[in-house]
Amino acid sequence: MSDATVALTAPAEKPVRFRGGGFRTRPLGIISPVVFVVVIGLWELGSQSGLIDKLILPAPSEALRALLELIETGNLWKHLGASLQRLIVGWTAGTILGIGMGLAIALFSYVRAGAQPLVSAIFPIPKIALLPLFIIWFGIGEGSKIATILFGTFFPTVIATYGGVDNVDRTLIRMAQSFGVSWWSIVRKIIIPGAMPAILSGFRISIAIAIVLLVAAEMIGAEFGVGAYILLAGSLVATDQLIAGVAILSALGLTIAWLIGKAESYLLRWRT
Amino acid sequence: MEIRLKGISHSYRDGGLKVLSDINLSIREGEIVCLIGPSGCGKSTLLRIIGGLELPSAGDVLQVGDPPPTSLNPLTYVFQDFALLPWRTVEGNISLALEDHPIGRKMRTEIIDGVLARTNLTEFRKAYPRQLSGGMKQRVAIARALSVNPAVMLMDEPLSALDSQIREILMADLIELWCRENFTAFYVTHNLAEAVRLGHRVAVLSRRPGRIREIIEIETPLDQRSADSPELGRHQQHLWEMLRDEARAADLELANV
Repeated sequence: MSDATVALTAPAEKPVRFRGGGFRTRPLGIISPVVFVVVIGLWELGSQSGLIDKLILPAPSEALRALLELIETGNLWKHLGASLQRLIVGWTAGTILGIGMGLAIALFSYVRAGAQPLVSAIFPIPKIALLPLFIIWFGIGEGSKIATILFGTFFPTVIATYGGVDNVDRTLIRMAQSFGVSWWSIVRKIIIPGAMPAILSGFRISIAIAIVLLVAAEMIGAEFGVGAYILLAGSLVATDQLIAGVAILSALGLTIAWLIGKAESYLLRWRT
Repeated sequence: MEIRLKGISHSYRDGGLKVLSDINLSIREGEIVCLIGPSGCGKSTLLRIIGGLELPSAGDVLQVGDPPPTSLNPLTYVFQDFALLPWRTVEGNISLALEDHPIGRKMRTEIIDGVLARTNLTEFRKAYPRQLSGGMKQRVAIARALSVNPAVMLMDEPLSALDSQIREILMADLIELWCRENFTAFYVTHNLAEAVRLGHRVAVLSRRPGRIREIIEIETPLDQRSADSPELGRHQQHLWEMLRDEARAADLELANV
């Protein structure tokens, strides 16, 4: 009886159960190279042991050999040079025109009313479907390829730009107006920097589209270019060369993503 | 320069919701006029109308006399949310207000140096807004406003986004600044303590449609006012009694919508 009273006056103490934590990823730097090495290692092992048919999927070492051969013969620069030229000219022209059009849509009611439905109608067309038309217009040479990339880059850039401008903090614009800042200064010093984060994320999308269109356009009538190289390798069932070509595309994409990352950290250094 | 409001009325969308009704008021040179009122009574709308950022449906905002010739932007705002460009440093933000004026680069640097010194910001000139506390950001916004040498400062709840300690410190800074420079200001707030500390006159706006219920004059010089003075307490009590009914009615009104 007395024991029970003691228990009542001094209730048991126990720590509160921890319920927080989780839902937060930790950076684990070593995992990604390990995964890379393991996947390529297993692949190599499978090919060497004959588990994977070499004709269907060549060993990574063979693909590497094909890549080295491509470098030795100097053909890499011929193919990559042709591709890069198309990509740079097409993407740059599409981006410049796209930013200009995006700003015009964002700033002028008439342009917005007139051009926005047009942009919405053309944006969802896979631009590769227009390639035959571009070949008729600009010929089978560089013109049609660059036009396809330009077109493919233009529309996402337009949409990213005017979306970015629409999201610029209105209080900043009102502040500038209250200080008598001119229209053109507001565009240059507030609207463009304010839309820059959106424009740069638009770059990531437009460059991915540009690479897809580049390869597709090069597969239709091109002598040189990574796409042409891959297509030729496929026709000859030279799968080692095919994989080497695909690896070049992956490296190209990664390099460009890295460059955009650099541009972001420079242009958006005012963010955290 | 003096600002005179004559019969200002305003409604959103023609014939729609009326927010301001027949406002008559003048802001005399070298005085701070505070405007208080329940939320949604059109205080900020009135401020935007005074500075020419919005057109009233009826009535005129008159500028009596000319602003001093050195004034680059006679009617200058200080905003509640600071409105600093995040991509510019402290000095870049101040520079924005000066860049469109035909003054040389050297003059611009001199002005920036001057206002940074007057607001004790000199050592922060290269900092970005994200690195600054709320109080510091508002100091930068005040420095920017001072840089154009305004004839009238239009302040839209400049201390409302700050915590109470920083508010107290900035209020003391504003009082000190006024004692030195005698600037003219129209100061919108919903905080009664701010209004009685900073205002030479305090105008009370009624609930929507806002009209001026009363204008009280506070005689005590700004630098002799302290938070616990009985005179200010009386004024504050009087203002509160007026506002309480308005605020309560405004609250019920919203609930009925």
